[in-house]
Amino acid sequence: MNTLYFSMAICITSILAGFLGALTGLGGGVVIVPVLCLLFKVNLHYAIGASLVSVIATSSGAAAAYVRDGYSNIRIGMFLEVATTLGALLGAYLVAKVSADWIGIVFGAVLLYSAWASLRHVETALPSKEEDTLAARLNLRGAYPVRGVKVQYTADHVPAGFGIMFVAGTLSGLLGIGSGAVKVLAMDQVMKLPFKVSTTTSNFMIGVTAAASAGVYLSRGYILPDLAMPVMLGVLAGSLVGSRALIVAKVRTLRWVFAIVIVALGAEMIFNGLTGRL
Amino acid sequence: MTHATDQRLEVAMGKMLRIGVTVAAIVVFVGGVIYLCQAGGPLPDYSHFHGASAAGDHFGPVFSGAFHFESKSLIEFGILLLIATPICRVLFGVVGFFLLKDWFYTAVSTLVLTVLLVSFFVRR
Repeated sequence: MNTLYFSMAICITSILAGFLGALTGLGGGVVIVPVLCLLFKVNLHYAIGASLVSVIATSSGAAAAYVRDGYSNIRIGMFLEVATTLGALLGAYLVAKVSADWIGIVFGAVLLYSAWASLRHVETALPSKEEDTLAARLNLRGAYPVRGVKVQYTADHVPAGFGIMFVAGTLSGLLGIGSGAVKVLAMDQVMKLPFKVSTTTSNFMIGVTAAASAGVYLSRGYILPDLAMPVMLGVLAGSLVGSRALIVAKVRTLRWVFAIVIVALGAEMIFNGLTGRL
Repeated sequence: MTHATDQRLEVAMGKMLRIGVTVAAIVVFVGGVIYLCQAGGPLPDYSHFHGASAAGDHFGPVFSGAFHFESKSLIEFGILLLIATPICRVLFGVVGFFLLKDWFYTAVSTLVLTVLLVSFFVRR
């Protein structure tokens, strides 16, 4: 295979990954890394480097659209970014300390969790009656539109949410993914923020989190420009189309198909990690 | 009232992000086209990790290479622009919260910005 065909094949795969990632809300990075490793036999470090670049592109590209609707909360996002960026630094530092096989096993586990999280029936968590005093002092509240009416909300369980965000950041830096599923878990399930607020604010935070590990990745040589190029352009194009298609597509069947693909990739990553093939 | 100004800050951030990504994607695309036009011979070895390149530590060669339309430098320059985009958003936050006289969140944004800059300038 020559360079042109290889780049084309990677670009087309990335478009598909970005498209499905946007439709299911999991992001393109979580699929592109195992596909690059398992299908294209790319070294794990180069795969996570290319993925991280695409994660910054999709997060920043999509944020502009979300902001207009008034769902994302910049204060909550900025506050939690303290945790995610510090976590990302730790994660990026760990990439050089942990063997590729272990990274593969952790990656597989995150894939399995993501598949489960994408199928889980989402219940809108009810905020507790008493207002969290810490959240009030930190001004972690806001209002979001529900059928034209502004509904108030305040964050709950701030320390726990902050802690999970640190873990989300570490996973992002270690695996080169956005780890949106874990970020949404922290905000939606633990901090009891409205689902729409959680997903859009999470998306807003992903780019900043990824930028924190990008500096480390660059200096360590994980980001190969010639490999990152088709991945970044492909995932970006796919996710832009995917987020538009979201409105018209019947997502339910697709979600199942995607979840099965993710479970298969996760199982193979774990298997390859355990047998020392990564 | 604060909400209205918050909203304006968010919209400004969103616009900045979109412009940054668009410019970065165009630069990477141009570099990619040049790279693929010049690419010949066997496929580079991606299956083994080769360690850090010299360019990883010095951005100077990237800028001069990009200026001379050297394909890989141009792609790398686009990637640097892309990484700079969310960092600029945090910088927007620092300035925006400062203008809103929200001192606590000015400090929070400054802290995030510091972490980001540390990751860039403290190597390895």
